[in-house]
Amino acid sequence: MSGMVDYQLSRNTFGRLVFTEPSGLMQEGVVPVRSFPITDPDQGIALIDSHGHELAWIDQLADLPQEYRALIESELANREFIPEIKRLLKVSGFVTPSTWQVETDRGDATFILKGEEDIRRLTVSSLMITDSHGTHLLIRDRLALDRHSRKLLDHFL
Amino acid sequence: MQQFIHLSLNNLPPIWVDGFSSQLIDEENVLAWLEIDLNTRLHFAQGIVVVTNHRLMAKMAGDEIWQEWRYQQGLLLTQRDYAGVGCLELFDSKARLAYWRYRLGNDIAVSRLIECFMQQLGYHLTGKLSLSTHTQVQCPNCATLLSSDQEECPVCDKQIRTPPSTWTLLRLWRFAKPYKGRLLTGFLLTLCSTAATLVPPYLTMPLMDNVLIPYQNGQPIDTDLVTLYLSGLLGAAILAWVLGWARTYMLALVSERIGADLRTATYEHLLNLSQEYFGGKRTGDLMARIGAETDRINIFISLHLLDFATDVIMIGMTAVILISINPWLALVTLLPLPIIAWLIHLVRDRLRIGFEKVDRIWAEVNNVLADTIPGIRVVKAFAQEKREAARFHAANQRNLQINDRVNRIWSLFTPTVTLLTEIGLLVVWIFGIWQISEDEITVGVLTAFLAYIGRFYIRLDSMSRIVSITQKAAAGTKRIFDILDHVSSVPESAHPVHLSTVQGQIELRNVGFRYGTRSITRDINLVIKPGEMIGLVGHSGSGKSTLVNLICRFYDVTEGIILIDGHDIRSLPIAEYRKHIGLVLQEPFLFYGTIAENIAYGKPDATRAEIISAARAAHAHEFILRLPHGYDSLAGERGQALSGGERQRISIARALLIDPRILILDEATSSVDTTTEKDIQKALDNLVRGRTTIAIAHRLSTLREANRLIVLDRGRIVEMGNHAELMAREGYYYRLYQAQARNVDTEDESFVSVVEHSVAGERE
Repeated sequence: MSGMVDYQLSRNTFGRLVFTEPSGLMQEGVVPVRSFPITDPDQGIALIDSHGHELAWIDQLADLPQEYRALIESELANREFIPEIKRLLKVSGFVTPSTWQVETDRGDATFILKGEEDIRRLTVSSLMITDSHGTHLLIRDRLALDRHSRKLLDHFL
Repeated sequence: MQQFIHLSLNNLPPIWVDGFSSQLIDEENVLAWLEIDLNTRLHFAQGIVVVTNHRLMAKMAGDEIWQEWRYQQGLLLTQRDYAGVGCLELFDSKARLAYWRYRLGNDIAVSRLIECFMQQLGYHLTGKLSLSTHTQVQCPNCATLLSSDQEECPVCDKQIRTPPSTWTLLRLWRFAKPYKGRLLTGFLLTLCSTAATLVPPYLTMPLMDNVLIPYQNGQPIDTDLVTLYLSGLLGAAILAWVLGWARTYMLALVSERIGADLRTATYEHLLNLSQEYFGGKRTGDLMARIGAETDRINIFISLHLLDFATDVIMIGMTAVILISINPWLALVTLLPLPIIAWLIHLVRDRLRIGFEKVDRIWAEVNNVLADTIPGIRVVKAFAQEKREAARFHAANQRNLQINDRVNRIWSLFTPTVTLLTEIGLLVVWIFGIWQISEDEITVGVLTAFLAYIGRFYIRLDSMSRIVSITQKAAAGTKRIFDILDHVSSVPESAHPVHLSTVQGQIELRNVGFRYGTRSITRDINLVIKPGEMIGLVGHSGSGKSTLVNLICRFYDVTEGIILIDGHDIRSLPIAEYRKHIGLVLQEPFLFYGTIAENIAYGKPDATRAEIISAARAAHAHEFILRLPHGYDSLAGERGQALSGGERQRISIARALLIDPRILILDEATSSVDTTTEKDIQKALDNLVRGRTTIAIAHRLSTLREANRLIVLDRGRIVEMGNHAELMAREGYYYRLYQAQARNVDTEDESFVSVVEHSVAGERE
């Protein structure tokens, strides 16, 4: 199964992904996009050209040759920014807007929560928080947080 | 210039200043900088990029040394963003040299950094410094340049988001000020009425000691004395009643007026805010602020604040009376007070969190309803009633769960307050009996003490409530002042230019517009001659409507300038300028009122004859006459049911009546079928004649009258020319046209006419 693709992928010196069609036509600035970034990140990835048109569809990353997979994964890592909150350290107050200091999988961060309505329930236990700049932060399982974090979070739910 | 540079270095964030100043070489000045808050792996990290007059420098917090790039041929600094993360990239002609990632939030600083860099680069390569407008003011916090008409920094304004403090309430003074005389009267009445209520317990003391106890000891009752004491009691009660009435009425009167002023002022201010503000807010939220929040503040002033003031006065007076009777007993009586108040406050606090949760869960239940009821046709069509019912059930179940938890504490609350009160009284009893046994006080004194203390133990509960109520009122006040403090992003010019007549020439020079952090249009250059008809063409999201909004000045340009007859539209009074513009929208909005009123909306003093001739020209006259009440038929919500085409023709009549020099048709015919479109088209032809017209249309056939077509793609003008020219070019327009011709069979006819018309136009 592996390696059955009819196009070529490479990265140029400008740091852009280059997609070469079977016909030899080259497209610069191609980006991989996940179809279900939160619920099913590994299934269904599309390669999109700079005009937003779909060039290729990848059912799952495992289908790709190792080299392409690495390219796409690095590009995805470069594009995706949904820090996952591991711990709530401090909130400035329980009245919004409130400044949160959190520990995420991408290091410690501070952000401003504009209102409780910016905390969206994805499933029973997972939450998506949108900060004042529109960045999304994920709490994968709020029940798995430590006691202190849960207590702080509980004020906003 | 020197001073400006100096300022800029001082503004460098303190953590970088030390390390950076040692890096500076001779005559090197910091021109711009950008704090970086992510590393290249998108982990949170600190870093900075600095542009000086010699080079570009950068450092991340973990790095040992500063990276530097000196100005040389081929360098390019660009910025792009995706999903809230920006990327600043430095290229030379061969490769990408470096890149930095940051969370969006200071978009202006980024564009300033790039602008400074490119400007310096140009200086180093050509020796010429293209001076930009550095005469502008700089924001003291973030060094963003402010344009002359902005008083507050748009960047910082968005960043400073502190929760409301109770002091916000003091800002209400602005609205209370006109009523200060009546407020003072109200306060004095409060003092007097409270004093009157304190008389009866005082009278129990002599009543007990001079009448009842002597009687028990075998002496006869002194009738005169009893009459005196009892009439004192009655008098005090009546006095308290009259004073209480006067004070409550007076203060309710004032607070109602303050509330009304607040509402009107907020609404008036809201109407003057720019389209941008309305775009970012939900209608329900704004309505709630003006309606419910002002009412909440109102009730807070007239009820809670008044009660609290009364209670404080009462406690103060009682304390004075008690101490004057017997200091020791007074001390024992008053000591438990703070403890009990604190305990009550503790319980209340927990309850408040619970109640807030209940509020939020209610919102969730409402959301399910708001989701389903307007979409009921879809629900029924897909037979998903059961699923929606289940969703509602789930939300309700959560509501129950949280309510159960709150009720567990809530049900405990009142008994707890009673228990604490009883314990307090018990302490007074114990100490009092001991004092009586020691002959220190009389029975009357103890009775009076118990009567006094019973009163304000009861008030403790309501007093403890004031904390959370005040917080809520403060939050409400803040939400109101959020609107009142919002400076319109489309400000009135300080020195407006009045144009008596308008020719209708519109010129756009290097126009760019950003919405939030997203850049929507860039580098638009366009001159529209008086009387010319321009068609704006492009995919949805290509910036057509934005361009129209900019020309109407619903938004102000972020870059460049828009001129009308050679005057910057920002220098004209807004209302006066918009009088020259007629707007026909895709979804015509009819207000509740008669058809005649709706047509005359832009010119309320129009005569009947004017209204009718406008309606005739808009091809609306005949169908209006067919309505049961003709021009007096009601339109708008709950009014006459009118079809899309009919409403559109009314809105065309509305635009015709004000006889504007500039006409804007924003997808005026796209929500109706092709037959109706032809009717509307006839009406539009009357409207367009002799006016500068800008038309947006998805269906290219509607633009057959246009002198020129402007093709937009992703915020830029990609092609310009009439239909024939653009078709001959076989570019973007050609593809768009082909795609439509293929898809819409019914429009083939009109497309032929487009071609014919354009060809005919060429022959002329």
